[in-house]
Amino acid sequence: MSLDLILRVGTKLILPFILLFALYVQFHGEFGPGGGFQAGVITAGMVVLVAITFGLEAARRIAPQALVDRMVPLGALIYAGTGVVGLLLGENYLDYSVLAHDSAHGHELGIFLVEAGVLITVAGTMTALFYTFVERGR
Amino acid sequence: MNAVLLTLLAVVTIAVVRQRSLFGVVVLTIIYSFLMASVLIVLDAVDVAMTEASVGAGISTVILLATLHLIKTTEMRPVRARLLPLFVAAGTGAVLVWGTLVLPPFGTADAAIHRHVVPRYLAETIKETNVPNVVTAVLADYRSYDTLGETTVIFTAGIGVMLLLGGARHRGNADKENASK
Repeated sequence: MSLDLILRVGTKLILPFILLFALYVQFHGEFGPGGGFQAGVITAGMVVLVAITFGLEAARRIAPQALVDRMVPLGALIYAGTGVVGLLLGENYLDYSVLAHDSAHGHELGIFLVEAGVLITVAGTMTALFYTFVERGR
Repeated sequence: MNAVLLTLLAVVTIAVVRQRSLFGVVVLTIIYSFLMASVLIVLDAVDVAMTEASVGAGISTVILLATLHLIKTTEMRPVRARLLPLFVAAGTGAVLVWGTLVLPPFGTADAAIHRHVVPRYLAETIKETNVPNVVTAVLADYRSYDTLGETTVIFTAGIGVMLLLGGARHRGNADKENASK
């Protein structure tokens, strides 16, 4: 236990920056490279790092199994739901122009929503896959 | 730069094929992913490079290592030399190379793919969507159906693995509990 002190302290130090970087990749994806897929994988990577350093139970405290299981369909529902909103407001499926008062802002909002959906599904699925494989090996 | 990266890619690929220790193969695929990410950066596809680095070198490595924990870590030698797969692989490769001969030269500005909708995307994206990154706009707005499909694929894959691997565990536990009663 004492031998991996540097690993434990180092992981604790780096964790907030990984999460911050994931959020940056997510929300800066409209201006620079990045988006929901990459941010989701980085978020899941953070959980994996916690699990490798502190054990699966510590990772489960950060990302409980119930939350992860719900994130997998939730993101896909947010994405598909954004399309349905456009449909209900009298436009085509996944047409974002009616989501806000003017077309360009509607598109901006629509992109934000579907990227959030992608983030939730990707982060949830990658974490769930990791949990499933690790549990299987026990 | 391209020649160096592509040569290294070929070297790593051959090493992956020849390596018998599956742990070694996983390590080599990390190198492959980072080389591929570098190639994509050279091609100015930073979004894809980021995905390759995070998915290819990051998460899939973790999942491959978790899989190695479950199975034997040495690849078995083939019982006899397999000539048919070699011919199929070589034939497919030859057809693909033959197909590239009719493609326009790399980086041509007036290639068909750059004349269809790309000029409109480049000119109108900011006006239509307020999003400066055209890649994000195309991915999440103009080609939103494709991305919905991709998200559904990830969702389906996740559910499938959870049902196949996790479901068996739950059933196994339930059986044990029933047996002990």
